[in-house]
Order: sequence, then C-alpha cells, then structure tokens
Amino acid sequence: MIPELGHFALVVALLLALTQGILPLIGAHRGNATLMGVARPAAQGQFVFVLFAFGCLAWSFLNGDFSVENVARNSHSQLPEIFRFTATWGSHEGSLLLWTLILSFWTVAVTVFSRHLPEDMASRVIGVMGLVSVGFLAFMLVTSNPFLRLIPVPPDGSDLNPLLQDMGMVIHPPMLYMGYVGFSVAFAFAIAALLSGKLDVAWARWSRPWTTVAWMFLTMGTALGSWWAYYELGWGGWWFWDPTENASFMPWLAGTALIHSLAVTEKRGAFKSWTVLLAILAFSLSLLGTFLVRSGVLSSVHAFATDPGRGVFILAFLGVVIGGSLALYAWRAPRLMTGGAFSWFSREALLLGNNVLLLAALGSVLLGTLYPLFMDALGLGKISVGPPYFNAVFIPLISPVLFLIGVGPLARWKQASLPDMVSRLKWAFAVALIVAIILPFTAGGMNLMATLGLFLALWILFTILIGFAERLKNAQGSLMQKLSSLPRGYWGMQIAHAGLAVGVIGATVVSNFESERDVRMNVGDHVELAGYRFTFQGVKEVPGPNYVAGRGTIEVEKSGSKFVLHPEKRIYNASGMPMTEAGIDYGVFRDVYVSLGEQLENGAWTVKVYHKPFVDWLWGGAFLLALGGALAASDRRYRIALRKAEKASDKLAAKGATA
Amino acid sequence: MKRWIPLIIFAVLAGFLYVGLYLNPREVPSPFIGKPAPKFVLPVIGQPGTTFSPEQAKGKVWLLNIWAPWCVSCRAEHSFLMQLAQSGISIYGLNWKDKDREAEALLNQKGSPYIVTVDDLDGRVGIDFGVTGTPETFVIDQSGIIRMKHVGPIDEAVWKKKFEPLLGKLEKST
Amino acid sequence: MKLAVLLFAFALAAPALAEVAAPNADDPVVEARINKLGEDLRCLVCQNESLSGSRADLAEDLRREMREQMNAGKNDAEVISYLTDRYGDFVLYRPPFKPVTYLLWLGPVIFLAIGGTIWYVTLKRRRKMQDQIQPDSEALKKAAALLEQ
Repeated sequence: MIPELGHFALVVALLLALTQGILPLIGAHRGNATLMGVARPAAQGQFVFVLFAFGCLAWSFLNGDFSVENVARNSHSQLPEIFRFTATWGSHEGSLLLWTLILSFWTVAVTVFSRHLPEDMASRVIGVMGLVSVGFLAFMLVTSNPFLRLIPVPPDGSDLNPLLQDMGMVIHPPMLYMGYVGFSVAFAFAIAALLSGKLDVAWARWSRPWTTVAWMFLTMGTALGSWWAYYELGWGGWWFWDPTENASFMPWLAGTALIHSLAVTEKRGAFKSWTVLLAILAFSLSLLGTFLVRSGVLSSVHAFATDPGRGVFILAFLGVVIGGSLALYAWRAPRLMTGGAFSWFSREALLLGNNVLLLAALGSVLLGTLYPLFMDALGLGKISVGPPYFNAVFIPLISPVLFLIGVGPLARWKQASLPDMVSRLKWAFAVALIVAIILPFTAGGMNLMATLGLFLALWILFTILIGFAERLKNAQGSLMQKLSSLPRGYWGMQIAHAGLAVGVIGATVVSNFESERDVRMNVGDHVELAGYRFTFQGVKEVPGPNYVAGRGTIEVEKSGSKFVLHPEKRIYNASGMPMTEAGIDYGVFRDVYVSLGEQLENGAWTVKVYHKPFVDWLWGGAFLLALGGALAASDRRYRIALRKAEKASDKLAAKGATA
Repeated sequence: MKRWIPLIIFAVLAGFLYVGLYLNPREVPSPFIGKPAPKFVLPVIGQPGTTFSPEQAKGKVWLLNIWAPWCVSCRAEHSFLMQLAQSGISIYGLNWKDKDREAEALLNQKGSPYIVTVDDLDGRVGIDFGVTGTPETFVIDQSGIIRMKHVGPIDEAVWKKKFEPLLGKLEKST
Repeated sequence: MKLAVLLFAFALAAPALAEVAAPNADDPVVEARINKLGEDLRCLVCQNESLSGSRADLAEDLRREMREQMNAGKNDAEVISYLTDRYGDFVLYRPPFKPVTYLLWLGPVIFLAIGGTIWYVTLKRRRKMQDQIQPDSEALKKAAALLEQ
C-alpha cells in the first residue's frame, strides 16, 4: 500500500510541477498576476508530495519491505538501521528521488526568500525550476520508478554494497546534491533574466547569495567524497580523477568562476553576458554529471547500473534544458552587453583572467574525461585518460589562478597601479619563494613541485594578511572593533582564499612527502616508518552486525606517544563481498594509516603502513572554503534587502487591513 | 555570431554522448587483429603427455575459445559451441586459470565442443593473448593470423552477425 | 633463585625473538618500480582502478609478469611495451602522444590560447570605452564649479 501511495504522490507532484512550470512563465510574459501567483503554492505543494513519496520509500527500506524491488536489490534484513535509511538513495532510482526532493526543497526556499523580488522575476525563477522538476519526475515515472514491486517476494534482499555501508553515505550524497541542485537556482535566475531581457545590478545582488550557498554545499560534498574514499578504499588515495569525481569537480570550477563573475556584475555592472553563460554552464555540468554516471557511457568506480534506454531519456532532457537555454542565450545575449570600462590592470581584468584560467582548466578536465568516448565513437580505438594526464594538465593551469588570488583582492576596481602593487607585495613574494625553496630541504632535498605548491600557498596567506593590515590601517577603534567592523563579505573572501591555501599545502605536502611500507608481519613483529614503530599483535575474528571481521591490532609508538589501531578485513554475510577498513590515527600534522593485506600461515599477515603528512589540511582547507562561502552569503546587504522586503510587505498588509 | 558557439559545441557533444550510449567503455580491443597469434605450447587436458601449439592448426580457419569451469557465461555458450562443433567449425579451447582442476570432469560430463582444450593454469598464455576475462573467442585464419576477437558468450545472433560473414570471407580466400 | 634468573633472562630475550617485519616483496627496489609504473596503468578488470591499487586476480597476475620482466633486466619502457603489445594503449592511464591524441594533449594549450585572446580583446574593448568616456578638463572644471554652488 505504502509504495503505491508513494508512486501516486509522484504522479501528483508531476502534475503540480507542470502547473508550476507553465502557468507562472505565461503569467510573467503577459503580466498576469493570477497566473504568476500560482508559482509559490504549486511549488510548495510539489514539495509536500515529493517529500511524502520519499518518506514512503524510506519507510519501505526501514521496514525491510522486500516486495519493493528497489529495497530487495539494495537492502538486507541484517543491515543496520542507519544504513537501511541511507540505502533509500543508494541506487539509481533512489538517488533520483533524492535529487528531486532536494530540487523541490530549493524551490520552496526560493518561494520563501523571494518576497523582495519583483513578481515577474520570482515567477520566472520558480517556473524554470518547475520545468526542471518536470524532467526529473517524468524520468522517474517513465524509466526509473523506485516503487516497482517484485513478485514473488524474495525472502531477503541482496544487501547494500558494503562500500556504501558507512557514515559517509549519510552525508556525502545529500551535501553533493544540495550543491548540484542548488545551481539550478542560479540557472533559473539566468533564464529569467534572458526571458525578461532585464539584467541589472539588482539581479546580481539577488542571485549571488543563492549561488554562493549552492557552491558552498558542493565544496563540502566534494571534499566529503574525497575524505570518504581516503578512509574507505584502503590505500589512502584522495583524488583519482575518476569520471564521477570529475562530474562534481567541473560544476565546482564553473561555480567558482560564476561567483567571481557575479561579484563583478554586482559591483561594476560588467560581465553580465559571462555571468549568465556561467550560470547556464554550472547547472548544465551538474546535469551532464548526472548523465555520465547513469548512462554507462564512461567506466567509473561510481557508476550506477547502466541502461541505454535511461541514457537516451536523460540525454533528451539535457538537450532540452541545455540546448534550450543556450539557444535562448544566443538569441537574447546581445541585449546584455553593457558595463563599465576598466583598465588592463584592475580588479575586473584580474577576475577576468581568473575566470579564463578556471574555464581552461574546466575545459581540460572535460576533454580528458570525454576523450576516450570521442575516440571510441569515431572508431579510432580505445585509450584511457587517467591521473597522469589530469595532473599534468591541471596543475599548470591552476597555478596562475592561485597566484592571482594573491593580487586580485588587493587591486582596485577599474584602475589599479602595477608599480604600486609590486611595491606592496615584493616582500611577500620574496619571503614566500625563499621559504618554499628551503622547506623541502628539511625533508630530504630540493623538490620543485613541493616548492611550487608551498610558494603559492604562502603567497596567498601573506597577501591575505597584507590585505587585513592595509584595510585596518584606516579603521577606528581597538583591534577587535576594527576587525568586527569589516563586512562579512570581506571575511568570507579572505577565509575562503585562506582555506584554498591550506588545501594546497595539504595536497602538496602529502603528495610529495608521504611514505609507506608493505611488509609481512608475524605476531610480535615490528616495522619502522617516519619515526613510528608499528608492532603487529595479530588478527582476531570478530562478528559484526552483518559481517564477520578479521580485526587487527597494531600498536604504534613514537617518542613517548602511543596509540593502537584496528584495521579490519571484513566479509559481508549477504553478498560474501570482502572489504578492508583502514585503521587511521588522525592528527593535525599527519595521519598514520594502516591496512591489512592477505592472511599468511601461522597468524601472519601482510600489512601496509602509511605516513601521510598534512593530509587533513586538504579537508580542513575545504571546510574553510565552505565557511568563507557561508560568511559571504550572509553579508549584511543581503539580509537588509530581506528585512526591507519583509517590512514593506508588512506595511502593505497593514494598509490592506485598514482600507 | 560567436553567441551561437556554446550551443554548437553542446550539439556536437550531445551527438557524441548519444553514440556513446551504444558503446561499451570497458571492452578492451585487441591489438592482435591482423597479427600472428602469439606462440605457445601447452598440455592438452585429458591427454597426458600431449601438447598443442597453434602451429598444428595451420591450414584451416579455427576458433580459440578462452573459457573456465568457474565461468557462468561460458556454460551459457556451451550448448551453442557444441552445435557449431557438430556443424564442422574447428574450435580449440583454452582452459584459463582453472585452479580447482575441474575442466576435465566438466567436459566429460557435458560434452566437449573442442577438438582439444589446453590447460593455461597460471594464465600466462591468456595474458599473451590480451585476455581479461572469460569467455573470449579468437578467430584465427589458415596462416595463423588473428582476424577477430569477440568478448563475451557466443549465441545465434552474435554468430550470424559477427562470425559467419568473416568465416565465409576467410574460407573463400584459401 | 636459579629459576628466577632463568625467567629474567628469558624475559629479556623475548623481544629479540619478535623480529623486524620483512618486506612483503622479495626485492623492494623492483617492487618500488612496479608500484610507480602501476600507478599509471589501468587494472583491466576493475571499473576504474590503477594496477598498483587493485587487488583483483588479473592485476596480481600482471604485476607478477612485470616482476619477471624486471628481474630479467628489462627497463621501464620495455615493461610497459610488454603490456601495450598485449592490451593496447587502453592499459595506459597516461595517453601516448600520437596523432590521434594530439588534440587531447594540445587541447589545454588551445583553451589557454583562446582564453588569453578573449581576455586581451575584452580588455582592449574596455580600455577603448574608458578612453572615450574620459572627460576633458573643461568639463571637469565646469562640474567642479557647479558643485561649489
């Protein structure tokens, strides 16, 4: 009964989404207030029904209803409760339902926080989001129904993939989807602007916080994915340039370019055409990512079960959304050409350079990801494009961006002075360079790649400090008063850029200075690595809720500090699938990482021990990036606009009451 | 004019993506097409003391079928291979990484479509042929040149579409 | 007393019985080469993993072959051709630089060139706008006078 109710709810949601998508857009075009007024209630209604459908699926999973095919394929009676819940989105169909739920959630957020927008703009934004919802709901109902029944009912399910039976599954997909889907708001704003032909500074001000928040979620989601792979897959890698990883990185690159382009549009009224195109691009890449992961077109660790039929549907959807918006852009873009003048050395010029480089990097990642497909489709043979290509291509492109981060925030709008900039920054440059050259010598010798990364990170950090110092020079009051007088947007920018520098340090140090040993250990044997002494105390069989684990005990000691790690080798009952769980000791300046290999005779095992210096700075940096975004999005000027709108609508309500 | 560029790029991309839907990104193409079959000498299963080498099959068109007792898809194609063998197609088998030594018993039980099947216990010859899994089938011509590699089980449809035309062409050119 | 001394001596000797763990590989130098090369090679039976990272059967076999080749004195390039002769370029995660991949390797350079051109052209246009808007000193004086009032 419940699955059927869920299915029915999706049908109702589709009808509401159609209403939400079509009527307000017609209304905005004709200036018909009644039609425009349909937007908010339709969107809110859609959310209620999608949420109900999601609840029905989750209920089926939590209660182990194996008569539902999706539950039978992805769950098991022994599966712990929390993973039974996350299995709701562990499959292609379930994750689509999550996508749709999050999309309707963002739409409801827009209905609530858009009172200060002109009615026609709000209607268009909500309308466009409604059309996107139509696509996803239709896709589910036609090709990927999560509520299909399975007759005869199997006695038990096939279990959730052990790799997904982890806390990472609880947060990573929802965060990632909040990001991907969040870009649909920026996209909707862009389409609304193209449809109305109006794109002014106010438009940039309205769309900016939405975009920043979505970008923030995508940052967190991607970082969580990287961290999850690190501790789950057993060999301590944190980025493989896998097609699915690229699928989340590309919208992130576009989103980063977008938030910077929006800054110029808001402050100087320039780059409007760029901003609109980037908004379309960011969301298009989100949709493209969805396609790549579900269509079987590329080989990936992450790919869902494949089916050309579904692929065709999504491709058609992509064609309509992306093709349609790019056609609209081509048609209406000429109206958007405006903006102030600026000189070749100015903040605008530097931001333009930043965006050009980010897009070149984005293009390269896209090229590398799709090239095997291009070649195969043209019958030119099969190749693989992996980390060696991406690293070789990405690092040279992102390095200038990192360098510009040091200069941009300190440059004036419209016209800055190069000699002035040089004199302000020459010491920062010199010190950063010298320290970056010397530091690798403390860990073995000259290392050019390490020097590059360290130089860029230190350069960014120093220029951030210089920025604060210069800004505070003319402020009033004590240090605390001065600091709190700085706008949140400024803090956000500085913290985000600092986060990037921290992340670069993490990536640079761990890539260049990590070490490992692969050894055979009898009980009592020890091995040394990076000053740590690892002593193997054997492996004990320990039953888990739905698996049997060989739980290892490894004592680790270094000049006084001592701790114990418990790597495991698990066999899951339902599927028989083996899984390694690494034993990790997290630390600010290093992770100590141990994983079990194979069992040998007499209780001996092969063991791999790793020393990963500064690896947690990767995710610490990502966290700072996201924090910076949150601060920037909550800047006073956006909250004032909201408060003004609320006061205004209160006034109107009061007037209405007294009339 | 340049405002149409993003749309054009997307259209081209979409075209490739469409074609890609019908390709298999994990199928490894063989670099041996048109090249001589790698040399090997392996013991024959069921005939202790005997060995087989591709040299011995020169002069005719034959199939080399890579299979294993533990391979489920191989069992699916077994009956079709029996049909082919009965209709006169020369099929030789390569028993790939059969650690549990089940091949002989299995063939005795279900019948063997192979003129002989050789034992590649450590998988080395398989690697020499670029094998990544089972079943895989190579078509080798009269002079020992590999003409085609098929990944996956052979059934009626696959035979008619891929093998029959090729074999027809090769037989004629004798 | 003797027993105590004996036990004491035994206790001291016990740690010496537990050994320093032996490397898993017979020849760590060769192993290090295999790991390094293997990072840039594809595990052919995995969805998307490197030959070094994979625990799949075929991956073990291929590493074994690489080990034999290296022990027989082959250098890195020869070991790699051993694999590409059998599996084609698909096994390489670093695409070779061939006519069919020129576009792949030169693509980023082309993107950068296009981007640079856009940057340059946009800036020229903006600077021209600036030059045109530059008010002349006459107008400035007039404006100043107006403001004074």
